[in-house]
Amino acid sequence: MAITLFQMLVFPGFLFLSFFGLAAEYFDRKLHARLQNRVGPPWFQPLADFIKLVSKEDVIPEDANPRMFKMMPIFALTSTVTAFFYIPLWRHAGLYSFTGDLIVVLYLLTIPTLAFFLGGWYSTSLYSKIGAVRSITQLFAYEVPLFVSILSPALLADTWSLKGMTIFYAAHPWYWIFNLLGFFVSLVALLGKLEKVPFDIAEAETEIVAGTFTEYSGRLMGLFRLGLDVEAIVGSSLLAAVFLPFGLALPAGLGFVVYLAKVLFIIALLTLARTVFARLRIDQMMELCWRYIAPMAFLQLLIVLVIKGVFLK
Amino acid sequence: MHKVMIPIGPQHPALKEPESFLIALKGEKITDFAVRLGYNHRGIEKACEERTYIQDIYLTERICGICSHTHSTAFVQAVEEIAGLAMPKRALYIRTIIGELERVHSHLLWLGVAAHEIGFDTLLMYTWRDREIVMDLLAAVTGNRVNYGINTIGGVRRDISPEQTKDILSGLKKLEERTKYYIDVATKETTIIKRLSNVGVLSKKNALSLGAVGPTARASGVDRDTRRDDPYAAYNEIDFKVITDDHCDVYGRTLVRCGELMESYKILRQALQNMPEGPLTVKAPRKIPAGEAVSRYEAPRGECMHYVRSNGTEKPERVKVRAPTLANVQCVAKMLEDRQLADLPIVIAAIDPCFSCTDRLVAVKEIGSRKRIMKWDELREYGIHWYQHQGVDFTELNKRLKRKMK
Repeated sequence: MAITLFQMLVFPGFLFLSFFGLAAEYFDRKLHARLQNRVGPPWFQPLADFIKLVSKEDVIPEDANPRMFKMMPIFALTSTVTAFFYIPLWRHAGLYSFTGDLIVVLYLLTIPTLAFFLGGWYSTSLYSKIGAVRSITQLFAYEVPLFVSILSPALLADTWSLKGMTIFYAAHPWYWIFNLLGFFVSLVALLGKLEKVPFDIAEAETEIVAGTFTEYSGRLMGLFRLGLDVEAIVGSSLLAAVFLPFGLALPAGLGFVVYLAKVLFIIALLTLARTVFARLRIDQMMELCWRYIAPMAFLQLLIVLVIKGVFLK
Repeated sequence: MHKVMIPIGPQHPALKEPESFLIALKGEKITDFAVRLGYNHRGIEKACEERTYIQDIYLTERICGICSHTHSTAFVQAVEEIAGLAMPKRALYIRTIIGELERVHSHLLWLGVAAHEIGFDTLLMYTWRDREIVMDLLAAVTGNRVNYGINTIGGVRRDISPEQTKDILSGLKKLEERTKYYIDVATKETTIIKRLSNVGVLSKKNALSLGAVGPTARASGVDRDTRRDDPYAAYNEIDFKVITDDHCDVYGRTLVRCGELMESYKILRQALQNMPEGPLTVKAPRKIPAGEAVSRYEAPRGECMHYVRSNGTEKPERVKVRAPTLANVQCVAKMLEDRQLADLPIVIAAIDPCFSCTDRLVAVKEIGSRKRIMKWDELREYGIHWYQHQGVDFTELNKRLKRKMK
């Protein structure tokens, strides 16, 4: 019992995840700054930002529904932390595992977007409402490609459980190469999920101030930001487990280092994307996702089916 | 989805100055648009009438933080015309050089702002870094990064030494190289093109009828540039092209500004090489003889106009300033027709607005309307009656107070 609690709350659970999230945010910001020829923040900046936000007053708009307004940041944070328990990190299985946990993880990762929507909607500010509607519109653009591209490797492994997938890919170490297209698709989808440039349409600063987060302040804002940081880690961990399933049988210390490297690699790719692109318009994003990204995801599915049906018979 | 009204401003992250845009949205689509200016009225025209001509140079220089040389030159030119001064050639060349350096820094600034408005902060960081080169050059030549204080009536206050000429030339080389790179980025990067082309379309007909000026007009195919059409300073002796474009959209405006940057480098090189020797100033009288003059100047944002009327004293009788943004801001409503909310920031930014320079006060008397201008006493009387009507009456209290005071 004590060990389970420790695993859930401290390592590799909530506390580790929070600090790793903040560290990854620093990595992202520093790399972004260096790519833009700036100096960038010191290493403790994300933590300092978080502490500052938490120590500030919460301002809740008069017309807002206070319960929903307060609940949404917690929803966003807890659902992502929960998803983290099922993802294999540096072993073949996560903390918990059962058949179908892949679907549950994907479902849990959708909840933050819904929390952004509801939080924005219930704060009743015009900017928040537009941001909320935009974030839910975005959801429809990237969620289908993400699901299809993540389910294809599972199809190849013939299992719906993440544990089964890692065991399968450990037995067939080079099969991950078949899923590279899916990796690319889910990277694009993850950019949309994390609302980063070019898909930061829902919080486009120059149009709608901060979108959903316009009315949020203090502790609640801090939780939302932590939730996003954690979501970045959980999303990258999921991608690492599904698309880069190697280094899982290594001894604990080395395996941990490989895991960190994989996650930071994915975060660096996301940072690179947000450095070299301009923000798209919502209609352009829809067009991009449905015209190019979704067909690519289905192509990945087709590749997997052909390989499975023809070559692996 | 039902209609919503969204205020963009007076305080909004997209806007660098306080101004207010009220837009009606249907979903993401803009259906109606209203501008409200006037948050930054500073009474500069009136203040000019209270000061001497020499003081006014520095005051007009502070109309704008970006095109400060524009306003002081336009003012000084008007005064010189009234006084009938024959200007020394070297001074005119130095004015041209500072004016073009100012155009370079203003256009680089605009490129960064435009990139920021479409969420492309990397280009913003790069252009503003390179803008420092030209800011340093301006600081080295005039002593200031903005508000250069180089103009005086009848000439300029500082000379450009041969070493400074060399510095400017080497700085230009770097800038030219970087500008070429930015042109490359702006014309080839897919997301930029997607966000800029076919956004904020202003046809040539509309540009002419709404009186657009500067790059906004030139990007709609209107071949109009004060530097060529009505040359001032040393522009009649310099060979340069007027950049026009017929994309008619924000992308075209970007191309025009980038092209103008390259032309500015050309102008600067010619001006620095052909600068004649000679005195910097001619003696100007303290009291300007009675008369009036209009002076035009091609600011980075478009044509700027100053009108000065003198009455033989040392203070002007009337100064009128028409900043280029005032001519361009009417076009914004046209450009935003049937566009989306996401296009609003870049369309506004594309005219390179400078709202605090634009704000002037005009009292319009509407004939037949029920509005009237009240004196303070009338307003007080009106207030007392209004509150009496609401049931709040201080007459008795006031009477008692008076008795007590006695």
